[in-house]
Amino acid sequence: MSINRRQFLKIAGASTVLGLGGASVVNSLRRGGLEASQMSPDPASLTAKRWGFVVDMSKLKTEEDYKRCTDACHNIHNVPTFKNDPLHEVKWIWKEPFENTFPGTEHEYMSAEFKEKNFLVFCNHCANPSCVKVCPTKATFKRKDGIVMQDMHRCIGCRFCMAACPFGARSFNYLDPRGKDTDGQPLIKVENKTFPTRTIGVVEKCTACYERLAIGKQPACAEASTGAIVFGDLEDPNSEVRKIISTSYTIRRKPELGTQPSIYYVIGGSEHA
Amino acid sequence: MYNGGKIIAGLVVFLAIFLFPFYYNFGKANAKPEPKLNTPVIQQLAEKKCVESKDFMRQEHMQLLNDWRDSVVRDGNRIYVNAEGKKFTMSLQNTCLNCHSNKKEFCDSCHNYMAVKPYCFSCHIQPKEDKS
Repeated sequence: MSINRRQFLKIAGASTVLGLGGASVVNSLRRGGLEASQMSPDPASLTAKRWGFVVDMSKLKTEEDYKRCTDACHNIHNVPTFKNDPLHEVKWIWKEPFENTFPGTEHEYMSAEFKEKNFLVFCNHCANPSCVKVCPTKATFKRKDGIVMQDMHRCIGCRFCMAACPFGARSFNYLDPRGKDTDGQPLIKVENKTFPTRTIGVVEKCTACYERLAIGKQPACAEASTGAIVFGDLEDPNSEVRKIISTSYTIRRKPELGTQPSIYYVIGGSEHA
Repeated sequence: MYNGGKIIAGLVVFLAIFLFPFYYNFGKANAKPEPKLNTPVIQQLAEKKCVESKDFMRQEHMQLLNDWRDSVVRDGNRIYVNAEGKKFTMSLQNTCLNCHSNKKEFCDSCHNYMAVKPYCFSCHIQPKEDKS
């Protein structure tokens, strides 16, 4: 039994058409699937054109002020704590010294107060995020409201985003966050039962508390900061963030890279400023 | 046929080993999974209904959960309106598991029977169960 080229192409073509048709028939017969109209945002949710933060450093004085913000975030989001283990550390919001926060701007005559001051840093939710560009699975993406989101369901742990982010805002789960530290203590001290943990092998970062915005709450750090962190719509000229930005001198981290960070730092300082 | 006796004997031994699981389990009915619904929250419901009908949930819960997941994470939606017009918050951890707090007796009973291993709970926190 032999077939010539013409017959072969006929059979191949017919089976391709049948195969494609078969898939569509099976899909159309399949019940279920939800309508997009069945799903909608909570009417209480906070919305904006482009969310942004203002961090007023003059209001972050004591160690306690920083801790309140970082603890609020890390407790709510089940972020594991690695004691004395910077290699495996996972952080969403943390302290960074001046020279690492604004590299290239430090100089020899700078006051000791600034040189030693820690800045509160977290994901900048850039308008032009480099992490989103490099993600091969679109696990990290930019929402319509400007939040750079991380979809843990899609993350394959390739860590391209970590290499791309100029701010080190992303952490990889080298270890199981539900595991125990060297002392046998759980890495997540108290689980927040209303929020998931992450799993080993995914990248995580600050998500601007999308889950709190969705129910009409401010981000946890802004709420806990007692005014040091202000959250609002950068595209709304009447928002509180825009009022602060238009009246105080603010700087952003590494603006020369063109990622357009959405965190504005009010440096403030002494009475001469 | 050369070595006919050996070949046939070999075939018989092969079939006996290969078919062992079939005749070993023949006639033994495998216990049907019976997901339990007797959680305190469900007991207190006036109308014991899930977000959609029982048949729909039985067949399509995985698709529903996938659609919920994408809608929540990707589009920021939170509210789901079911076929009857009732509203629910789309959340595995806070809505589904609030009623179905017995993961071992509910989710796992079928999933183990079907030998499927969804990885929902490597991130989503399952409720603490008293009896384990």
